[in-house]
Amino acid sequence: MQDREKPNKGAPTVSRRAFLKGSGVAVAATAMATSGQEADAQKKGSKKRVVAASGGKVTLNVNGKDYTITVEPRVTLLDALRDDLGFTGCKDVDDTTTSGADTVIIDGKAVLAGSRLAVECQGKKIQTVESLANGKQVDEVISGFVKHDAMQCGFCTPGFAMATRAFLNKNPKASLKQIRKGLGGNLCRCGTYDGITKCALELAKKGDS
Amino acid sequence: MAERTVGWGPRESNTLIGKEIPRLDGAAKASGAAKYAADTNTKGTLFARMLTCKHGHAKIVKLNVEPAKKVKGVKAVHIFNDVDAEIRWDGTLVVAVAAERPEQAEDGVRAIEVEYEVLPHFVDEDDLAGAEKAERTKKLGNQKKGDVEAALKTAKHVHKGHYGINTITHMCMEPHGSHCEWNGDDSLTVTLSTQNVSGTAGQFAGPLGLDASNVEIKCDYIGGGFGSKFAADEWGLACAQLAKQAGRPVRLMLDRATELKIAGNRPSGFVDITIGADADGKIVAWDSHHWGTDGINGSTISTGVMPYVFDFDNRNRSATGIITNCGPKRAWRAPNHPQACAISQTAIDDLAAKMGKDSYDVFMTNLDKTKKPDVYAEEMKIAAKLIDWKAKWHPHGKGGGKGSIKRGLGMAMHTWGGRAHAASTLLKVHPDGTVETFGGSQDIGTGTRTAISITVAETFGIPMSSVKVNIGTNKYPKSGPSGGSTTVGGVTGPNRRAAQNALWKIFDLVAAKYKVDADSLEAKAGNIVSKGKKVCSWKQAASLVGPMALEVTGEGPKADGLTDSGVAGVQMADVSVDTETGKIRIHKFVAVQDCGLIIDELTARSQVYGALIMGIAFALSEERIMDNTSGRFINADLENYKLPRIGDIGNLVVEFYQPDSEYDRGVVGLGEPPVIAPGAAISNAVANAIGVRVPVLPMTPKRVLDALKGGA
Repeated sequence: MQDREKPNKGAPTVSRRAFLKGSGVAVAATAMATSGQEADAQKKGSKKRVVAASGGKVTLNVNGKDYTITVEPRVTLLDALRDDLGFTGCKDVDDTTTSGADTVIIDGKAVLAGSRLAVECQGKKIQTVESLANGKQVDEVISGFVKHDAMQCGFCTPGFAMATRAFLNKNPKASLKQIRKGLGGNLCRCGTYDGITKCALELAKKGDS
Repeated sequence: MAERTVGWGPRESNTLIGKEIPRLDGAAKASGAAKYAADTNTKGTLFARMLTCKHGHAKIVKLNVEPAKKVKGVKAVHIFNDVDAEIRWDGTLVVAVAAERPEQAEDGVRAIEVEYEVLPHFVDEDDLAGAEKAERTKKLGNQKKGDVEAALKTAKHVHKGHYGINTITHMCMEPHGSHCEWNGDDSLTVTLSTQNVSGTAGQFAGPLGLDASNVEIKCDYIGGGFGSKFAADEWGLACAQLAKQAGRPVRLMLDRATELKIAGNRPSGFVDITIGADADGKIVAWDSHHWGTDGINGSTISTGVMPYVFDFDNRNRSATGIITNCGPKRAWRAPNHPQACAISQTAIDDLAAKMGKDSYDVFMTNLDKTKKPDVYAEEMKIAAKLIDWKAKWHPHGKGGGKGSIKRGLGMAMHTWGGRAHAASTLLKVHPDGTVETFGGSQDIGTGTRTAISITVAETFGIPMSSVKVNIGTNKYPKSGPSGGSTTVGGVTGPNRRAAQNALWKIFDLVAAKYKVDADSLEAKAGNIVSKGKKVCSWKQAASLVGPMALEVTGEGPKADGLTDSGVAGVQMADVSVDTETGKIRIHKFVAVQDCGLIIDELTARSQVYGALIMGIAFALSEERIMDNTSGRFINADLENYKLPRIGDIGNLVVEFYQPDSEYDRGVVGLGEPPVIAPGAAISNAVANAIGVRVPVLPMTPKRVLDALKGGA
């Protein structure tokens, strides 16, 4: 594609279409990242340069409040939440599709924030783990995690809390078998699965009564 | 006045110690309020990304970082390895770039011009013959005891076997890294993902030419360590240097692949064993030679832990290290033990099968060759009951079962030290009755704050909400690194000592004011009582310290009974194997563990659950895969480096062995021991199910099917 090799001179306010076009640049740039550093790849890749699109305004609705930030189209929702908006409960384990530590709820559905661009989340309702605690008022998933000690180092825990919240919203009377399957998208290294399962099962039993 | 001696109170008098207490920082962790190094983002923070070399062995022949400096947003560039540097393993850091935004730092990395001369590599860690041919081996010790040859001649049963366990990594969910911020030219604040808050400042100060007193190390939370996060590391120093160059704070975390490649691993081990027993099943001879790699240093599992747990009268053990172009090892939860257990207690199980005996009986018969025969025996009986060993066990491969699914039981046992680390504490009793403690410790998931709070609250007879625990900076009194199961003993000992000393001072003030015998006083449920009668409230007592807080320091460990070392532990697994697909399923996994006095049974239990799951990981799925052709670590990501998920662990049963004799020993570390035995226990269960040994861990479906083909 010709336009991938041209600098994107996007205006300060960029349309959604231009943004998505810009994100194509980002994809090309990412693909280059893995091989572009090596001498032989450089020879094959010629002297063509990939230049990033400039930043544009993006408005994100997070936990019921609108925030407008200026980011390049290639910026993920994960980085925007963490680095621009300070929602660091959404954890970055630098693996965007496997661990679930970056789980947020978008329009009611559990989504990995690292697998979405910030720009494509405009106009959607984004819920982060911070929404599950308001001072001493905490969601029963949080209090259940504490009660059953569903954490050790705690780094994967907010992602698991969000996955559990989203799962129970959809499956309020879930069985053990469903829990084991439904929470299978998240990873924990310390091995806190037992407490997470007990918490989810207890809340599902409550949902069943 | 009667002599006052430091110690734990009578077990039955405890209101907090030994109960199931939810961790104090649980809600902060679960709701994302807890801030880690990776979350630190003070005003003006730059983000770093790194160029790494993806060859197992190479020389840098060209490096030009100038184009990176011209990239939009890039503010600083740091070179780890320049032209002519020899790169000796995949993932080696070459350049770090700091920029206004992470994606701009990535652009900077891409702009760097680098060329390598690729050199020959060696990464085949189980190929002893190949390594010898390539002159990449090191002889690592050859220890002989008794007369193995003679004992083997007289042995009634002799078994020869080959076993192995592959390299695994730590796979911390929060990668290694830090946030560095200078305060002027001579003072540095490092928010570091570390297991070693009190011990790292000098590692920054020395190389950076700073006074150690001008380096603050902060770590409120750490996202996993497992033995890999004790040091400042070259990337920590680079973060500080980038920050200095740019005059801005910098956050530098390793990317996932680099985290796996260079930030530590657990060495592999492969062994040839000859083992002999007499007619009663008493093992009379052991002869083992093992090999493996820890990377470029050419070491493997320590010979000192072979054969594992047991030490037989006639025993030869030797090892050969293989020098490979693989990333360097670091301490991995219970260094040496899980591998030694996996490659030696499997041999004992196979010997039992060869004798036609139940392996439970053979382990039991040989317990006199362990350091804690009585504890192991008790734990074996408890575990056997919990897993219904007597009813469910069958000779290897003779369980019948429906179709392709075969079921089996296996067991293994372990040992660990777990002595408290050296630590100090500063404890303040404020005149309003609230208490504060300060210690440069960290919480790697243990529940450090909670353990300290329980200890102090129990001592003063006050609620935990009246105790404020301060940890996480080296500006507090020193605390040891969290490694080797030393933390809970390390921090509770000094806090108990300090709290008891403070309480005795307060008892003296109360005795003087209320005209009672100080020796008769006790602190209970918010009151000071004498012979069952309330003398005054805790608050009234605390107010006697005057306008300023009473300050007491505590140190440890001391030989006063608060802490001890040395544990046993027995695990039994009930698994099934699908002989068509090679897939192994854990049905039930029982861990019986002793660990002295338990401070918090809820978090202690979590340690064991977690250890079992980590054990299931390295038993069944987790391994580093090095590609012999490219010299690369080819599964350095979370997708292909397989860890178990919530549905893969079966029914875990954790049982603490805690008679009064254990309580009386004081606190003994718990983190490492339960992660040791799973490899052997699960392997033995698989052998029991299918009647052949899957010799190398992890027992992936392919290895299971290969073993079935070979064994058929």
